[in-house]
Amino acid sequence: MTALGKLFRTTTFKLTLVYLTVFALFAAFLLGYFALNTRRLVTEQITDTVNAEITGLSEQYRLGGIRRLVIVVDGRARRPGSSLYLVTTHAGEALAGNVTALPPGTLDKAGWLETDYRRLDETEGSDRPEHQALVRVFLLPGGFRLLVGRDLEERERLYHIVLSAGRWSVGIVIVLGLAGGLFVTRRVLRRVDAMTETSRTIMGGDLGGRLPIAGTGDEIDRLAENLNVMLERIEALMNGLKEVSDNIAHDLKTPLTRLRNRAEQALRTARTEAEYRAALEGTIDESDGLISTFNALLMIARAESGQARDDMKEFDAAEIANDIGELYEPLAEEKGIALKVDAANAAPVTGNRELVSQALANLVDNAIKYTSLRSEPAEGVAPEILVRAQSEADRVLLTVADRGPGIPEADRGRAVERFVRLEQSRSQPGSGLGLSLAAAVARLHGGELILADNAPGLKCMIALPRGGPVQSGG
Amino acid sequence: MRLLIIEDDRDAADYLVKAFREVGHVADAAKDGEDGLAMALDGAYDVLIVDRMLPKLDGLSLIGTLRSRKIETPALILSALGQVDDRVKGLRAGGDDYLPKPYSFSELLARVEVLARRRGARNEETVLRVADLELDRLSHQVRRGADEITLQPREFRLLEYLMKHAGQVVTRTMLLENVWDYHFDPQTNVIDVHISRLRSKIDKNFSQPLLHTIRGAGYMVRDGAR
Repeated sequence: MTALGKLFRTTTFKLTLVYLTVFALFAAFLLGYFALNTRRLVTEQITDTVNAEITGLSEQYRLGGIRRLVIVVDGRARRPGSSLYLVTTHAGEALAGNVTALPPGTLDKAGWLETDYRRLDETEGSDRPEHQALVRVFLLPGGFRLLVGRDLEERERLYHIVLSAGRWSVGIVIVLGLAGGLFVTRRVLRRVDAMTETSRTIMGGDLGGRLPIAGTGDEIDRLAENLNVMLERIEALMNGLKEVSDNIAHDLKTPLTRLRNRAEQALRTARTEAEYRAALEGTIDESDGLISTFNALLMIARAESGQARDDMKEFDAAEIANDIGELYEPLAEEKGIALKVDAANAAPVTGNRELVSQALANLVDNAIKYTSLRSEPAEGVAPEILVRAQSEADRVLLTVADRGPGIPEADRGRAVERFVRLEQSRSQPGSGLGLSLAAAVARLHGGELILADNAPGLKCMIALPRGGPVQSGG
Repeated sequence: MRLLIIEDDRDAADYLVKAFREVGHVADAAKDGEDGLAMALDGAYDVLIVDRMLPKLDGLSLIGTLRSRKIETPALILSALGQVDDRVKGLRAGGDDYLPKPYSFSELLARVEVLARRRGARNEETVLRVADLELDRLSHQVRRGADEITLQPREFRLLEYLMKHAGQVVTRTMLLENVWDYHFDPQTNVIDVHISRLRSKIDKNFSQPLLHTIRGAGYMVRDGAR
């Protein structure tokens, strides 16, 4: 497609054309109407004048006969810029007046007509064309005829001036409109082309590209800004996906390898039924672990894609803290850890109750796991875990604080990523997805997961906006 | 117990039919939704096991049709979709239980047995009794022999659920769902610790244990003397 062809096919240009056509038609109609009306007005004026003169002249004839009429007509015909007059006998012989060269038969019938004529004082055969006039023929009693008229040159000139003014202005409107339309179209087209170009590179795989913003804050800018936000989200999702696949490759392969090795080993070395049974049971345990890892992954993916936003209701975060505390308290006690819940006051929040419960359960589970991991308790610190729900101005905080080994500040960001289990915990059971899930759930609610130092130990906080996530696409 | 398994995956269906027959139940299989519906309308089954995604007629519509014809055979939905809202949809369509794939056979068996005996079972009784253990659902009192046993509210609900299904295997997931109302996997087996606490209260000073661990499946409250 040529550049010009592309220009002509744009919506802006098509709209310009439609608008221009309508406007030009309207202007032409208006000016035409104006020209015709002007002409009619002038004609009316002539008619009035001529009628008045005829009334006057026939009055003169009634008073003084043909003689008086001839004198008056002669007098009037000599004035500069006078009307046209002609008085003839019944036979057509001119008695007085300033008109000649009328087409034959002009005077035969009474009434109005437009006719060619020549003034008497003009020389015959001059270059000037004969004039046009609007005349009225009046039959006087006694067979005389009276013709009175006015030249039409002025009327025609006025008419032509208005008409040509109209033609010019319509022409100018069209030319300027087209030029303006092309200008605007080219401006818009250039910006759209830039956006198309960028989106093409993005489609080509460069997800880092962003649409240009002119900074004028107009509708194209707003569109570009929104598309950029969308691109950012897509890039984040794509990176997440890549990360997941990398991590799946890394961490799911380990238990799969173990599973396979165990089966192989059993085939090679097991002799008794009991040995086979043990190997098969180990296989089932291993696959259960894989399934639970897989479920956690799916849950995170679901939370991150925002699907769970549909079933958000108001619930009490304090109740969840109490419930989860109660669920894990026996387990903590068994491991010699005191689990305390501080959630006396209601902390209403809008969200997905099940997911928030699961996130909190994961944090408590981690806390128990890592507190019991620390073999000798830190000096003077009793192993305890505190689960707290508190209501702040516009958010609700669910905190799990432990006295475990904690996470060095430098590692805290990484710890939230999927599958990251800091090296010392590689030997511990668990999918390593607890923190990632809590973070994904917090993000789903428009909140965040905050990791802090509990001096000593780790403090995890799920911060949730009280009113649930803001639904607008921002 | 007569079971109808409506599942389009032939291997899975064969495996289930065989497994249920091994534990002494009668099991038939249907390969798609229409056959399944015809058989469910026709035969007198105790429990239906319905795959959610079926050719010709999907699982939820099948159950919906049965319910609209006033056939109240308990139905358990099997599904690859394991999220909470899928589960809610399944139960709303008239299913009685929902088990995400992949499942263990012991879990499925436990749930099916509970479903089969659910109607007319011990739901209306105000006092549940197993051997000399007695639980009063109205006054919230628990006695074993002459001793009164003090339980925390959650322990009471745990025991209530176990006793309601006395003689039946109850899995950890079933307990988590029905006693705690959670549908997620809590990673560490927190339920075991709750059970051992409960056991220490009701079984510790008695020669006859009532709360049994069923290896590889779950727990059961049972009068061991019988």
